[in-house]
Amino acid sequence: MALAAVLATMLGQLAVALLAIGLAGRGAWAGSVLYAASAAAGAIATLAALASLLAAPAPPETLILPFGLPWLGAHLRLDALAAFFLAVVNFGGAIAALYGIGYGAHEPSPRRVLPFFAAFLAAMNLVVLADDAFTFLLAWECMSLLSWALVMAHHHSAANRAAGHVYLTMAGFGTLALLLAFGLLAGPAGDYGFAAIRSAPLTPWLGGGALLLAVLGTGSKAGLVPLHVWLPLAHPAAPSHVSALMSGVMTKVALYGLIRILFDLLGPPPGWASMVLLAAGGATAVLGVLQALMQSELKRLLAYSTIENIGVICVGLGLAIAFQANGMTAASALAMTAALCHIANHALFKSLLFLGAGAVLTATGERDLERLGGLIHRMPQTSFLFLIGAVAIAALPPLNGFVSEWLTFQAVLLSPVLPHWGLKIMVPAVGGLLALATALAAACFVKAFGIAFLGRARSAAAATAQEVEPTRLVAMALLALACLLIGLLPGYVIDGLAPVTRDLLGAVMPAQPAAPWQPIVPVVASRSSYSGLLVFLFIGVSASLAALVIHRVASHAVRRAPAWDCGYPEPSPLAQYSAGSFAQPLRRVFGTSIFRAREQVTMPLPGDLRPARFALQMRDLVWEGLYLPLAAAIGYAAERLNALQFLTIRRYLGMVFLALVTLLLVLALWPSF
Amino acid sequence: MAVLLSLVVQAGQMALVLLLAPLLTGLVRRVKARLLRRRGPPLLQPYRDLWRLLCKEVVLAENASWLFRATPYLIFAATWVAAALVPTFGRGLMFSWSADLIAIIALLASARFFLALAGMDIGTSFGGIGASREVMIASFAEPAMLLIMFSLALIAGSTQLSTVATYMASAEVGLRVSLGLALVGLAIVALAENGRIPVDNPATHLELTMVHEAMVLEYSGRHLALIEFTSALKLLLYVSLIACVFLPWDLAPPGAGPAAWAIGILAYLLKLGACACLLALFETAIAKMRVFRVPEFLGAALMLGLLGTLLLFVSRSL
Repeated sequence: MALAAVLATMLGQLAVALLAIGLAGRGAWAGSVLYAASAAAGAIATLAALASLLAAPAPPETLILPFGLPWLGAHLRLDALAAFFLAVVNFGGAIAALYGIGYGAHEPSPRRVLPFFAAFLAAMNLVVLADDAFTFLLAWECMSLLSWALVMAHHHSAANRAAGHVYLTMAGFGTLALLLAFGLLAGPAGDYGFAAIRSAPLTPWLGGGALLLAVLGTGSKAGLVPLHVWLPLAHPAAPSHVSALMSGVMTKVALYGLIRILFDLLGPPPGWASMVLLAAGGATAVLGVLQALMQSELKRLLAYSTIENIGVICVGLGLAIAFQANGMTAASALAMTAALCHIANHALFKSLLFLGAGAVLTATGERDLERLGGLIHRMPQTSFLFLIGAVAIAALPPLNGFVSEWLTFQAVLLSPVLPHWGLKIMVPAVGGLLALATALAAACFVKAFGIAFLGRARSAAAATAQEVEPTRLVAMALLALACLLIGLLPGYVIDGLAPVTRDLLGAVMPAQPAAPWQPIVPVVASRSSYSGLLVFLFIGVSASLAALVIHRVASHAVRRAPAWDCGYPEPSPLAQYSAGSFAQPLRRVFGTSIFRAREQVTMPLPGDLRPARFALQMRDLVWEGLYLPLAAAIGYAAERLNALQFLTIRRYLGMVFLALVTLLLVLALWPSF
Repeated sequence: MAVLLSLVVQAGQMALVLLLAPLLTGLVRRVKARLLRRRGPPLLQPYRDLWRLLCKEVVLAENASWLFRATPYLIFAATWVAAALVPTFGRGLMFSWSADLIAIIALLASARFFLALAGMDIGTSFGGIGASREVMIASFAEPAMLLIMFSLALIAGSTQLSTVATYMASAEVGLRVSLGLALVGLAIVALAENGRIPVDNPATHLELTMVHEAMVLEYSGRHLALIEFTSALKLLLYVSLIACVFLPWDLAPPGAGPAAWAIGILAYLLKLGACACLLALFETAIAKMRVFRVPEFLGAALMLGLLGTLLLFVSRSL
C-alpha cells in the first residue's frame, strides 16, 4: 500500500518535470503551481513512508516492474530502512519544493531548474526503493546527472562550470566503484537481484574488496575525506533550495547505499571495516569543520559543515560495526540509532540553514559574509529561523543536534570492552576528534550567524534587504519546528527507529518511556539519561522567573544611546570584526599546519601615508597532494597514448595480433596460477 | 508527600547555588586581597554590586537587537539550571536524572554560544575580539572537558553526576592514574572557562588582555548584573563539580533526613571555602599568559583528558 503510494508520487514528480518543460515560458504562476504539486507529492510520500515505518514489523512490500534488464525486471522493495530514508528524502524534498514556490520567482532561468528538480526527487526515491543492482545503479546515475544539471543551472559563471566538471568526474568515479562493488557482490553467477546477493555469502577477500569499493563509491557521493573535494564546489553553485536538497538529502541517499551494502547485502560486516569507517569519519569531521571555519562565503561554509556531519554519522556507523562484530548487539543498536538519528537531524537543520542562506542571497544578492551584517533588523523572521538551525547544528540542548551527539558519545563510552587492541586505541582518539569537531562547529556557527545577521550592515545591499515571502518563511519554520520537536521528544524518534535496527542488526535500543518528560535511556535504565523537554522547561521557567523578578523588584528602565566601545566608537561598519578576522585565532592555532596558512603584514614606514596591507595565503593539501598529481598523471598518460591515434593500418593490425597472442597466452597459463 | 518533600529539596538546591554564588566570588577576592596584604572588599560586596546594578537603568546601544536583550536571561537560566544539576549537599535529587554531565557541558556551551553572539550584536571591534577569542578558548576547553568527563564516566560506568559521586565515595574506587590526570585537566579547564588567571583576568578592563570583559563591554544595568551573576554561578558550578567528584564525602544520600542535609550543607560550605582559598593562592602565585599561549595551556588539558581516557580503554583499573 505504502509502496504503491510512493510510486504514485514518483510518477507525480515525473509528471511535474514533463509539465515544467511544456509550460516553460508561461509565466511565474506555472512554476508556482508545479512547485506546489511537487511539494504535495513529497508530503504524501513522507506520510506513506512514516506509516510504513510505524506499521513495522509488517513484512517488506515488494514489487517487480517490467523494465530494466529483460531477464531481471526492476525489483522494488520497501522495508524499514527504505521507509526511514524515504521519509527523510521526501520531507526534505517537500520542504524544498514549498520553498521553491517563492524562490522560483527570483530564478533567472526557471526551465533549467524545475524539470530537473522534480526528476531529481523521483530518482532519489528510486535509489532507496531499488531491490536489484541494475535499478539501483540506474537510479544512482540519474540522481548524479540530474543534480549535475542543477549545479549547471547558472552555467554563465565560470566557477559553476568548473564545479560541474569536478562534480561530474567524481560522480563518474563513484558510480564506477559501485558498479565494480556490485559486480563482486553478484559473483560469477551474475544474479543482480538483492535477494540473491543476500543469500550468497562472499569469501572474506571478495567481500572485503566489495566493501572497500562500496565505501569509495558511496563515500565520494557523501563527501568522505579525501573524496570530498567536489562537494564544497558543487553544493553552493546550485540554486539554494537545490543546495538544501543536495546537502541535506542527497548525501543521506549516499549513506543509505553504504548502510544497505554494508549491513544488509554483505551479511555481517567484518570487524576491520569499523576501523576504516572510524578513521575516515574522525578525519572527515575535523577537517570538514576546520575548512568550514576558514570560509567567508555562507553557502560554502555550510557545504563544508555538511562534510563534518557526514564524518560524525560515519563514526556512528563504524561503532555499530565494531559492536556487531564482537557480539554486543545492544551497543550496536545504540550506535546505529545514533547514526540514523543524526542522518534525520542533519537533513533537517542543514536544509533549514541552506534555505536561510538562500533567503539572504535573494534579499541582498550577496553570498560573501564580508558584505553582510545587521540582517537581524531587516529580516527578523529569517534570522530567527536561521538561529534555530545554527543552535541545532552546534549540538546545543534542547534542540535535535544535541540528541544525536549525546547518543554517539554514549556509544563511544560503551566501547572499552571491545577486545580488539586497534579499536581500544582508536575509539578514544576518535571520541576526542568528535568532541573537538563539536566545539569547532559551535565556533563556526557563531561566526556564520554573528557576521551575517548581527552587527552593522557592511554593504548597501545588506542595509536595504527586505524580508522574504511568507511561503519561504513557512518552509523554514516547518524545518525549525521539526528540529525543536525531535530535540524535545527524542524518545519517539528512537522508538520509531527500532524496526530499522531490528532488521539490520537483530537488536533494538530499550523501549523509551512513554511519558514525554521522562528521560531517554541509551542502554539500560539508571546508567545515563537526558530529558530534552525537562531541560527546555527548566531553562524557560528560570529565564522567565529571573525576568519577572527583576522587572518587578528592581528596574525595567531602558535608554537608547550610541554604542560605548570604550569611548572610541568607529563610525565605519568596516571596522567591525569580519569573517576572516573572527577565524584568525583558530587559523593561527590549526591553520598553520593543516592549511599551511601564511599571514603577511606590510606596514608602511612612519610618515608614509599608504595603508598597511595584509595578505593571507592558505592551501588545500588534499587538492594539491592528491588530485593535482592525479590529474597531471592522467594528462601525461593521455598525451602519450595520443600517439596511438595516428598509426598506419599495418601497425594497427600488428597490435591486434599482439593483443590476441597475449590473451591466448594468459588463457593457456591461467590454470597453472 | 514524599514527592513534595523532594521537590522542596530540589528547589532548595536551586536557591542554595543562587545564594552562595556571589559569596564564593567575594571570598576569592577577599582571600586574594589578604594574600597581597590589602584589606580587600567585604565578603558581601558582590551582593551589593549586583543589587546596585539591578536597580540601574539599562543603557542600550542604538542598534542592539532583541538577541542582545534576551541573552542575559538565557545564559543566566542555562547556567543556573546546569549549576542546580551538580550535586552540592546531596545526591539523587528529584531532577538529577534529567541531564547528565554531557548535557551540563552542553548547557554551558549554549550559554557561551549566545554570549559570543551578543558580543557581536552591536558591531564594535571589542565585541568581535572578545567573541572570537572566547570561541577559540572554548574550542579547546570543551573537548578537554568532554574527554575528562569520558574518563569519569568510564570509571563510574555512568555519565550521571549523582551516580559518579556515589561511586567516587564508595570504597571500590581506589587510587587511579586516570583520576589524577582528570583532576589536573579539570582544574585547567575550570581556570580557562571562568576566565581566571593565567587565561584571563577577571579584575581588569585592560583591553589587550581581556576576553570575557570585551564581549560584555556594551552591557549595563540589570543585564550586566545578570551576566556578573552568571559568571559567579559558573565559578560555583565548577567548584561544586570538582568537589562532588574529587571530595565526595558527606553528600546526603537520596531520601535522607534534615540532619544529613545539614551535614551535607556544612561539608559543602567547607569544600567551597577550601577551593576558594586554593584558587586565590594559585592566582596570586602565577602571572597571566599571552592569549596565544592559551591553546598550549589548554592543549595540555586536552592531552591529559585523552591520556586518561586511553588508559581506561586499555585497562579498567588504571
